[in-house]
Amino acid sequence: MSMGRAVSSGADLYEERQKRLIDAIELRVPDRLPTILFSHFWVARYCGMTCRQAMYDYESLAAAMRKAVLDLEPDAFQPVHASVAFGPTMDILDYKQLEWPGHKGLAEDVGFQYLDAPYMRAEEYDDYILDPTGFMLHTYMPRVAGALEPLSQLPQYPGVLHTRIIQSMETYARPEVRRALEVLIRAGEEMQKMRAVQSRAVQDLKDLGFPVASYGTSHAPFDVAADYLRGSKGAMLDLFRNKDKLLNLMDRLAILIPRAGIEAVKAAGGNMIFIPLHWGLDGFMSPKQFTTFFWPPFRTVLLTLIEAGIYPHVLWEGDCTSRLDVIKDVPPGKCIYFFERTDMFKAKQALRGTVCIRGNVPASMLIAGSPDEVRDHCKKLFEVVGDGGGFILDAGVGVPDEARPENVLAMYQFAKQCVY
Amino acid sequence: MDEKGKQLVQHIAEMQEEDAVKLAREMLDAGYDPVRLLGHCREAMEFVGKRYEEGEYFLPELMLAGEMLKAIGDMAKPLIKQDTSGGTTAGTVVIGTVEGDLHDIGKNIVTFMLEINGFKVVDLGIDVPISNFVDSIKQHKPQVVGLSGFLTLAFDAMKKTVEAIQKAGLRDNIKIMIGGGQVDETVKNYTGADAFGLNAMDAVSLCKRWVPA
Repeated sequence: MSMGRAVSSGADLYEERQKRLIDAIELRVPDRLPTILFSHFWVARYCGMTCRQAMYDYESLAAAMRKAVLDLEPDAFQPVHASVAFGPTMDILDYKQLEWPGHKGLAEDVGFQYLDAPYMRAEEYDDYILDPTGFMLHTYMPRVAGALEPLSQLPQYPGVLHTRIIQSMETYARPEVRRALEVLIRAGEEMQKMRAVQSRAVQDLKDLGFPVASYGTSHAPFDVAADYLRGSKGAMLDLFRNKDKLLNLMDRLAILIPRAGIEAVKAAGGNMIFIPLHWGLDGFMSPKQFTTFFWPPFRTVLLTLIEAGIYPHVLWEGDCTSRLDVIKDVPPGKCIYFFERTDMFKAKQALRGTVCIRGNVPASMLIAGSPDEVRDHCKKLFEVVGDGGGFILDAGVGVPDEARPENVLAMYQFAKQCVY
Repeated sequence: MDEKGKQLVQHIAEMQEEDAVKLAREMLDAGYDPVRLLGHCREAMEFVGKRYEEGEYFLPELMLAGEMLKAIGDMAKPLIKQDTSGGTTAGTVVIGTVEGDLHDIGKNIVTFMLEINGFKVVDLGIDVPISNFVDSIKQHKPQVVGLSGFLTLAFDAMKKTVEAIQKAGLRDNIKIMIGGGQVDETVKNYTGADAFGLNAMDAVSLCKRWVPA
C-alpha cells in the first residue's frame, strides 16, 4: 500500500514520523510509540540475499532495504549500506581488520567479524600522542590495509618545510608509493559508487516518508583505544601498565572523535549519529575504572556532538544497569540511550526526564521465539518504559541477522497499536 | 608460609606486577624451591578469583593476574625437575568458541577462572568445527562441555554441536553449558544445552554443581 502513495503524502508522512521521533527524543509524549529499523544483514537475508551478496551488490541491497522499510514501516531507518556494503573496497585495499563472508574461507552467508589485535603497540603511545594524524597515516593505515603499506614512506611534514616541501614531491613518484596512491584513488572511486547507490536509495525512502536515524558513526575514546588501537588485551593491561599514557591518548581522542563525527553528519545534511559502545558494560571494568577511563572522555564526546546540534544514539552493548546513575549526567532531551540487556525498567527509573531510551527486544526472542512472545514483550516495554514518552522501540542491538521475519513484523506492527 | 612467600602472594593479589615478577626472580635466583613458589602463585590466584567473585576485581585484573602467572611460571617451570602435573583435578571441562565465531575473551576468562578453581580445561580455541568437540569429548572424557559464542550466528552452531554430541552417543555422560553476550534461557532451550551463564562465575558455579568435589 505504501507503494501507491503520492509524493506529497510522502512529505506529510515524513513530517509525521520525524515529529514522532523528535518528540520521543526530546521527552515529549508522541502520538504513538516510535520505532527505528537498524540491522546489519537481516534486510538482505529477508530478501533472499547472502551476507556476501549484501557486501558486494549495492543495487540489490538497496532494493532489499527498500522492501524491508516498506514492509515494516518504521519511523526511521539506519541506512544499511554504510554498515555492510564495503566488500569491493576492502578487496582493493587488502583490508586486514575484518574477516568477511567468502573471504579467506569464511562461509558466504555469515556476517563479518572484527579481528582483535594490537594495531598499535604499547611502545607507540608516545608516537601517537605526539602526532595522531602522522601515526595513523604512516603506521596505522599500512597495518590495516596491505595495499597502503607504502604510505609509511610519506614525508614527515612537521619537519619538512619551505623548499623541502617542493623537494618532498619526489616521494609520490616512487613506484611503490605511486601504486599505493593509485589504490587510494581506485578505492575512493569504488566507495563513491557505493555512496551513490546508497544516497539514491536513502533519498527514495525519504521521499516515501521515512526519516533517517543515523547520518554517521562515532565512538567512545576508550573503545577506540581498546578496539582499534591496543586490542582488548593490551587495553586491559594498559589500565595498570600505561595508565597515564592511556588517559593522555584519550584526551586527544575526546577532541578528535567528535570532530570527525560532526563533519560526517553535517556533510550528509543530518542531525543524528550512531555510537556503538563495546567496553562500557557491567562486569568488564570496575565502577572506579569506568568513572576514570570510560565515562569522562566519552561524556566530552557526547557534549561536543550535542553542542553541534546532533542527537547521539548511544548503543550501550551488554548489560549496563550498574552504570545508570553515572551515565544519566547529560543534558536532558538530547541523547538516545539504546540498550541491549540493561534492565529497561531500572533504566526508565534512572533516566526518566533526562534521556530517551531505545531498545530492546532480545535477539534470542527474535531468532528463537514466537510472534506472540514478541508482542507480549513489546507490550510490557510500552507500558513501563514507554510511560510518559521518551521511548523508541527497537531490537536489542538492532534486528539480528538470523531473526525470523514473522517475529520482526510482529514487533513493528505492534508498535503501531501503541497509541498514547 | 615464609615472609617472602607471603609478600609474593600479596604483590600478585594487589596487582603489583613489577614487584611480583621482580620478587619471584629474586627468590628463584636465591634458590627458592620453584614448586613451592608456584604454590604461592596458586594461592594468590585464589585471592584474585575470590575478589572477582565478590565484585571487587573485573576483567582487567584477571588479565593482569594471568600475565603475572605466566611470567612467573615461565621463570619457575624450567627449574622444576620432577613432574608435578599428576595432581588431582576437580574435573575436566572441554571448552571452545563454536564454529563461525572468532571471539575469545569470554572463553579465555572462563578458562582462567575454571583453572583457578582446580578444573582441568581443554581449550579448543575459536571457530571450532563440530567434529573437534566430538573428538575431544571422546579423548578427554570431560564431565562438562562449554560452548562459547558472542554473535547470534553462534546459536545455530551451538545447536548443531549439541546435536552432534547427542548423535555420537556422548550426550548422557556430560553436561553442556553455553555462554556469551547474547545467550539466555530462550537460547539455552533452542540449543539443547543444560544451562547458560552470563559470566565466568556462572561457569564456575555450574561446574562445581555438576562435578561435586
